Amino acid sequence: MTDILQLLIYGLVLGSVLTMGAIGVSMIFGILRFAHFAHGDFMTLGAYLGLSFISAFGLSSWWALPAAMVGMAVIAVFIDQVLYRRIRRTQPVILLIASFGMALILRSLVQLIWGSDNQTYTSGIQFPWQLDWLGGMRLKPDHLWIMLISLGLVAGVHLFLTRTRLGKAMRAMSDNMDLALVSGIPAERVIMVTWVIGGALAGAAGVFLGIDTRLHPVMGWTTLLPVFAAAILGGIGRPYGAIAGGMIIGVSMEMSTLLIPAAYKPAVAFAIMVGMLILRPQGIFKGTV
Amino acid sequence: MELSGIASYLISFLTFAGVYAVLALGLNMQWGFTGQFNIGIAGFFAVGAYTSAILTTPSSPAYLGGFGMPFLIGLAGAVIASTLLGLVVGLITARLRTDYLAIASIGIAEMVRLFVKNEDWLTNGVRGIAGIERPFADTVLDSPLTYLVIVALFVVGVYFLVERAYASPWGRVLRAIRENEPATAAAGKSIAGFRLQAFVLGSAIMGLGGGLYAHFFGFLSPEAFMPLYGTFLVWVMLIAGGSGNNRGAILGAVLVWGVWSGTELLTGLLPTEYATQGAAMRVLLIGVLLQVILVTRPEGVLPEKPPKLIARKR
Repeated sequence: MTDILQLLIYGLVLGSVLTMGAIGVSMIFGILRFAHFAHGDFMTLGAYLGLSFISAFGLSSWWALPAAMVGMAVIAVFIDQVLYRRIRRTQPVILLIASFGMALILRSLVQLIWGSDNQTYTSGIQFPWQLDWLGGMRLKPDHLWIMLISLGLVAGVHLFLTRTRLGKAMRAMSDNMDLALVSGIPAERVIMVTWVIGGALAGAAGVFLGIDTRLHPVMGWTTLLPVFAAAILGGIGRPYGAIAGGMIIGVSMEMSTLLIPAAYKPAVAFAIMVGMLILRPQGIFKGTV
Repeated sequence: MELSGIASYLISFLTFAGVYAVLALGLNMQWGFTGQFNIGIAGFFAVGAYTSAILTTPSSPAYLGGFGMPFLIGLAGAVIASTLLGLVVGLITARLRTDYLAIASIGIAEMVRLFVKNEDWLTNGVRGIAGIERPFADTVLDSPLTYLVIVALFVVGVYFLVERAYASPWGRVLRAIRENEPATAAAGKSIAGFRLQAFVLGSAIMGLGGGLYAHFFGFLSPEAFMPLYGTFLVWVMLIAGGSGNNRGAILGAVLVWGVWSGTELLTGLLPTEYATQGAAMRVLLIGVLLQVILVTRPEGVLPEKPPKLIARKR
């Protein structure tokens, strides 16, 4: 029983990481209609930006989070302005190829700047709290923080989408692009804000992943498949669905280690995604097929 | 001495380019003709290579097989295995937007790699399969040059096959689907059916490429099928050469393989402590090359030229 509870915690931590990535993927798909394949490497770059920031100023590991979020928001907008904007007028699928190339560019940049060895934010082990009232289950403070902060970020995205003009404009564009454009919604502004949010959340996901495990140039790329699985499960183009999708995929991946070798964890995400594509491709929350 | 070194480098270069040309032609069938976005080429490539290797190597206790079959049986097995994989992926995704195919195909490639890496009984895991022989092994004909000729024959054969397909009414439907899906559906064509056929045929060609690679390189390990080598280079080749144009696919394979191995020669001059930086630099260069082509000349070196319409006499 304790084992299952323990895996549930790990699953929710992984689910928080996936949710942060999947919200961005889902929003970008909703507005720009393409699957953003560089999102995993946005996460990687964010994690490393955070690392440089804290080591430059000698700060504790959680300071990596704001640095990564701000840095990736700026970089995402920059990449969009320099590259994606130029090919946006053609078919969306050309953007898909460009983003695939961008993924490799970012990954090789990370390798060039930071090298390809494993790195960590802090050396040493963090002692978990032992929760005797939950059958002696262990909980690391970092894990608790990851879950709480992502809860806060999700709430922030929710408030933005429902309470602000720009957020409403974004939902309108995602629901019906043509109708939104003829009613005078500033498309370029909305696209820019989409990249700011998507980039910032990807940066957060990267830092969470780096705090939970370690930093490595392919950390984001290997997380991309579960992130897509989460976005599809929730209904691609639906940010709220991404939350449900992220948690379901994260918990299933961790729970699966009870039954199958841990090396096949990504296969679980993939299997759920394939099952979803066969049975209900629009996702739980009816996204854009 | 110097000359024979250059000659053997050239032969190896052209053989690699030939293997990649087969892959690029397979991708052209899927993306160039039909507009299907497969970024799991590495998966089909690996399935073809491993199938052929297992069928043709002498029997070994370390992995399944080998069965010591002849070269051509190995290639046939490679084609059949990748056809089956293509059928599974195609059946799941033929009815969906191509973005879903992109995501599903990258998943398939990862699954194939995980499977190859972890299932030692089948593939010998990370230790890989060694000693895959070239055809005509132990005869006078066994030389890298002979193998280059064999690969070239396969490239020419596949080229004529896909060129014929391109000009046929069947190929016309594929292009129609790419250009305007609702109109093609309105004309009574089964979109999912044609997509599935093109996808499976393209996958079969990629499997053939995998088989050819296995017998050329002689050694297989999961590291050879990272998405970078298997998938990304082939995409850059097709886009650079001209997607939709079969000659463009072959030309792109030679050009991009030239850039890729040229940069390898350059980074080889760097001291060994910069080896990983050098490798990253090469990937960066190819990535930037792709973006430059996409922004400045998306149609590639040889743009697609659809066959002229012949006016019917009244």
